[in-house]
Amino acid sequence: MKEILILSGKGGTGKTSLTGCFAQLSSNAVFCDCDVDASNLHLLLAPELQETEEFYAGWTPQFMEKGCTQCGICEKVCRFKAISCEKGFPRQLPGLCEGCGACADHCPTGAVKLSPRHCGRRYRSQTPYGTLFHAELFPGEENSGKLIAELRRAARAEAEKTDAGLLISDGPPGIGCPVISSMSGVDLVVAVTEPTPSGFHDFKRVAELAHQFEIPVQLIINKWDLNCELSEMIAEFCRGRNIPEIGRIPFDPIFSECLRKNRTVLSASDPSAALNIKNIWQKISSLTF
Amino acid sequence: MKIALTSQGENLEALLDVRFGRAKNFIVFDTETCSFDVVPNVQNLNALQGAGIQAAATVAAAGAGAVVTGHCGPKAFRVLETAEIKVYTASECTVAEALKAFEEGRLAPLAEADVDGHWA
Amino acid sequence: MKIAVASGKGGTGKTTVAVALAETLGARAVLLDCDVEEPNCHLFLQSHIESSSAVTVMVPRFHQEQCTGCGRCAKVCRFNAIASLGKRQLIFQELCHSCGNCLLSCPADALTESTMEIGRIHRRTPGAFPLYSGELQVGHALSVPLIRQLKEMCEDDKINILDAPPGTACPMVNSVRGCDYVILVTEPTPFGLHDLAGAVETLRTMEIPCGIIINRDEGKGTLIEDYAGQNKLDILMRIPFSRKIAEGYSAACSLLQSAPELKEKFSSLLEKVEAL
Repeated sequence: MKEILILSGKGGTGKTSLTGCFAQLSSNAVFCDCDVDASNLHLLLAPELQETEEFYAGWTPQFMEKGCTQCGICEKVCRFKAISCEKGFPRQLPGLCEGCGACADHCPTGAVKLSPRHCGRRYRSQTPYGTLFHAELFPGEENSGKLIAELRRAARAEAEKTDAGLLISDGPPGIGCPVISSMSGVDLVVAVTEPTPSGFHDFKRVAELAHQFEIPVQLIINKWDLNCELSEMIAEFCRGRNIPEIGRIPFDPIFSECLRKNRTVLSASDPSAALNIKNIWQKISSLTF
Repeated sequence: MKIALTSQGENLEALLDVRFGRAKNFIVFDTETCSFDVVPNVQNLNALQGAGIQAAATVAAAGAGAVVTGHCGPKAFRVLETAEIKVYTASECTVAEALKAFEEGRLAPLAEADVDGHWA
Repeated sequence: MKIAVASGKGGTGKTTVAVALAETLGARAVLLDCDVEEPNCHLFLQSHIESSSAVTVMVPRFHQEQCTGCGRCAKVCRFNAIASLGKRQLIFQELCHSCGNCLLSCPADALTESTMEIGRIHRRTPGAFPLYSGELQVGHALSVPLIRQLKEMCEDDKINILDAPPGTACPMVNSVRGCDYVILVTEPTPFGLHDLAGAVETLRTMEIPCGIIINRDEGKGTLIEDYAGQNKLDILMRIPFSRKIAEGYSAACSLLQSAPELKEKFSSLLEKVEAL
C-alpha cells in the first residue's frame, strides 16, 4: 500500500480540487482529508457518514464550588490568564487555557479537577469512489497533529483491511505540526503550486520540509499561464532540486464553475481540463515507488 | 543486566514494536534471573507530544541498561544517552528473537537517532 | 482600533485585502502579518527589513546542585517536556509551553526562569505605514507566543490591520482576540462558504462583530449572499473576479496597484467599520 500526500504550502492553489479529481480517477484507494482545521474534500465526494469518533487531547479544568475557599490561587498560577475569580468562584475564560494543569496541581483544597479535553471529532464516510476519513477540529483548539495521526492510523488500517493499493491524502496548509504529522511515512508528496510570489515562497518551504524527511516530491503548477515567467522560475527551481514537474494546468474558469456545483472538472462538458488532469494522474499512479 | 524491548504484546512471543516512543509495551528482561516484567506504555500512545522522552524516562526508571527497538527519535535518544542506556535496533521479529540476537551480539548499536521524531 | 482580516479557508484573499486596507489608510495604518508560519504581506509591499527584534518565551533552567530527585517537575509537566532521570532532569525547551507549573512544583529551588528565542519580529516601512511580520524559527512550533508578542506592536492611535492565519485553530483565534472587528474574506464557492461558516461561528463565540468581503465574485449564484442573509451579516464589498487582478497578484502587485478603482470602495468600507 502506497501513500500519496498532496500539499501546497499556500492555501488556495487548487490542492483540494485536484485531490478530488485524483480520488475520482483512482481505483482501489482510500482517502484521507488531513486538513482538519478547514476540511473541504468531502464537499466533492458525496460522502455518506458511517462512523463518528470523538477526539480528546490534553486537559481542561473543572472548577468545583464544593471545597472551593475562593482563595484565588488558581487565577494567580495561571500564566495564560485563563481563569477569573472576579465573581468569587473561579471560572474559565474561553479560548485561553492550554491544559497545563497548574490550577489543579496547586489548589490547596483539591477543588480543581482535570478532565480530558474534547477538541474535535473524526469521521469515516463511504463515497462512490472509496472510503473517506475526515475530521474537524473545534475552533480555538491547538492543531498539534494528534488528530491527523489518529485519522491516518484509521485510514491505514482500512487500507490494509480492504487490501487497497493506495492511500490518497489531502494535506493541510503551511509547514507546521499538522503538515509534519501528515507527512511522516508517506511515499510521495505531490505539491500543487501557483505562479505567484506567495505560492512560490510557500512551495519552497514545503519542498525543504519534504527534503528533510527524505520524501520525494513531484510538482504540479496550477494556473501556470497567469505568469509564464514565474512558472518558468519555479520549473527552474525544481530542476535544480530534482523535483519532477508532472503537469501544468492553465487558469480556467471551469474549475470554479464546477466547484460551485460541488463537482470536480471531471464532470464538465468541456473535456480539456479533465484530460490534462487524467494525464497527470496517469503519471502519478503508474509510479513504482 | 536488564534489557528493555519494545513489544506489541505482553510476552516474549509477541512481535517487537518498531516504534519506541509510542510502543505498546516494554518488556524488561532480566538476564540474571531470566524473568521479565511487562511495563505498559499506553499513556504515551496518546500523548500530544514528548512520547519518546517519557518512554525513555520510563525505561530508565525500570533500570534497563539497554534498549532494543525498531527506531529511535532524537529526543528519546538524548534521554537514553544521558542515562547511559545503549540502543540497538531489530525489526520483523518477535521479542524472543530480538533478545537472542542481542545476546549473541548480532544487533547493531545506534550512534544517534535514526528517525525524525513527531507522530508516527 | 484593531481590525483583523480572516477567512477560514486559505487562499481567499486575506493578505490581498489586508494590504489594500493598509494602503487605503496610509499614515493612519499599522499592518501586522499574524500568519507567522507563512507570512506574505511583505511580498506585495516593496521594502526591506529596517529592524528585527527577538521573540522569546520563558523556559525553565535546571540546577543540578539543588535537585533532590523527587521527580515532581516531570510529573506535573503535561507537555512531556521534562525527563526525570533520578537527580538529573532533562529539559526539552522546544516542547515547553511556558506554563511555569514545574517551577511552582519544585520543593527545592532547582528550577529557575530562563528564556528561549522562538523567532523574530521584523519591521518594514513600505509606504506611509509600518509593517510588522513575525517569523517563526524553523524547528519551533510555537506560533501563539509569537503572535501575542507581534500584537504588542499595535498602536492605540492608529487603525491596526491584522492579517490573520487561515483556519480557526489556536493561531487564528489568538490573532483575532481583542480585535474590534473582523473582516472575513471568502470566495463564492462551497469551499469558501463551508469555511466561512466555521469562522463566523468562532467569532460569534468570541463575541467579535464581523462582516464579509466576497473575493473573485463572478456575479453568479447567491451562495454567500443567502448565508449572509440568514445570519444577519453584512456583505461589505465584492471584489470582482478579474484576470487582470490575478495576473497583477502573480507579479507581486498589490490589489490597489492592479485595480486602483477599488480604493474608493475600501475607503467607504473603512468609514463604515470605524463608525460601528
